[in-house]
Amino acid sequence: MRIRVDPDKCQGHARCYGLAPDLFDVDDYGLSSVVGDGTVPPELEDKARLAIANCPEFAIEELAD
Amino acid sequence: MAARPPVTAWDTDFDVLDPSYIADPFTIWDRLRSACPIAHSDRRGSTWLPTRYDDVTALAHDIEHFSSEQISVIPLEGPVPEEPVLPYGIPPISADPPLHTWTRRLLLPWFSHRRVESYEPMTRELCASLVDGFAGSGRADAAAGYAQQIPVRVIAHILGVPGTLADEFTEWVRDVLEFADDPERRRYGFEHLVGYFVTEIEHRRSAPGDDLLSTLLHTEVDGEPVDERLVLGTAALVLIAGVDTTWSAIGSSLWHLATHEDDRRRLVEDPALMPLAIEELLRAYSPVTMARVVTEDIEFGGCPMRAGDKVLMNFPAANRDPAAFDRADEVVLDRAVNRHVAFGSGIHRCAGSNLARMELRVALEEWLARIPEFGLEPGAEVTWAGGQVRGPRQLPVVFP
Repeated sequence: MRIRVDPDKCQGHARCYGLAPDLFDVDDYGLSSVVGDGTVPPELEDKARLAIANCPEFAIEELAD
Repeated sequence: MAARPPVTAWDTDFDVLDPSYIADPFTIWDRLRSACPIAHSDRRGSTWLPTRYDDVTALAHDIEHFSSEQISVIPLEGPVPEEPVLPYGIPPISADPPLHTWTRRLLLPWFSHRRVESYEPMTRELCASLVDGFAGSGRADAAAGYAQQIPVRVIAHILGVPGTLADEFTEWVRDVLEFADDPERRRYGFEHLVGYFVTEIEHRRSAPGDDLLSTLLHTEVDGEPVDERLVLGTAALVLIAGVDTTWSAIGSSLWHLATHEDDRRRLVEDPALMPLAIEELLRAYSPVTMARVVTEDIEFGGCPMRAGDKVLMNFPAANRDPAAFDRADEVVLDRAVNRHVAFGSGIHRCAGSNLARMELRVALEEWLARIPEFGLEPGAEVTWAGGQVRGPRQLPVVFP
């Protein structure tokens, strides 16, 4: 599983970082980005899906293989 | 001011200060959502009230047609001063790009995750000492005696204001925000706040400290120092936006836990639930409604909106929309899918949302650690404020 944050949609709600700090980082302006290249370890896939389901701006997407 | 007649037609004549709306807006929104999802009223100028999640978020994203230059839900009445005290408003909340963009960038780092973590020990100590003050007495006003005591002191700390002034601050902010139908009182509080900051700005020009106010004053934009009246507006915003909003969230959450024994026990027994529970309480009891002003005639959702009309950004109603949330009218502490917009949506997402979350979490943790069992005081009255910011203002509780 691989995910990305759309920087044009992200408004800094930081819900993803709160739910899955191992998968996301936030900068000083609140903008989120994925850690590394966005590859999600199998044991964190549930957390990644939770982050996707809680983003109020629909800014996180799962990338096709 | 003359009392306004009670509302009988919510779709064409709503009033967000009507006592029945303040007591229970939820059933009013539910009825409107299915019958007339964008209501209208001429009571305080032509104003629209959307109630659906999709409408509210679409409106929030259309900054071209819906400007933030007028964000007050209740328009100020009385004469407009010839020389406005805050000619730039209170940016970034009351601004559109480009003013919004750079003023927001000045503020955001003060409310980043890293900074907010540094405010947590001070917040925790404050909450613990407040609860310790009444834990032995068996009763407390969880709103006035607890929730309302927390955010103003945290914000004062960030702004570099001495904690000894927090009581006066609290009163001024209350004057400005909670007495919408009393223009005199609003003006009184506003003038005192401005007066305080004018003095502080003078002081910090010569003796800058490591605080937000000093940083704003010594910032240069395009090689020019920031206009002092703009610093004043932004300082006023931080104080106003961070105080009764957060105490309302804390108060509403404590009201919920006082009236829902199962949820209270569950949270006490499983503290790991707290992060999800915080989001759910924010969803179910979102305190803040903002406004926008229509920039040009436009039809939205079948409604003929005119330039100059107000649109109330009804984030609290959006968060109760069954089209966006399963069991929208129930509090589900471990709700897994929760795209709530308690902090708004789009470019005006609450700049202090990290701070508000931290304060709410710490306030509940410290309360529940000391007072795990509590309920409403039998026979005592719970009172609510509403309009722009909804939350309990008197919340008498008892505990063993």
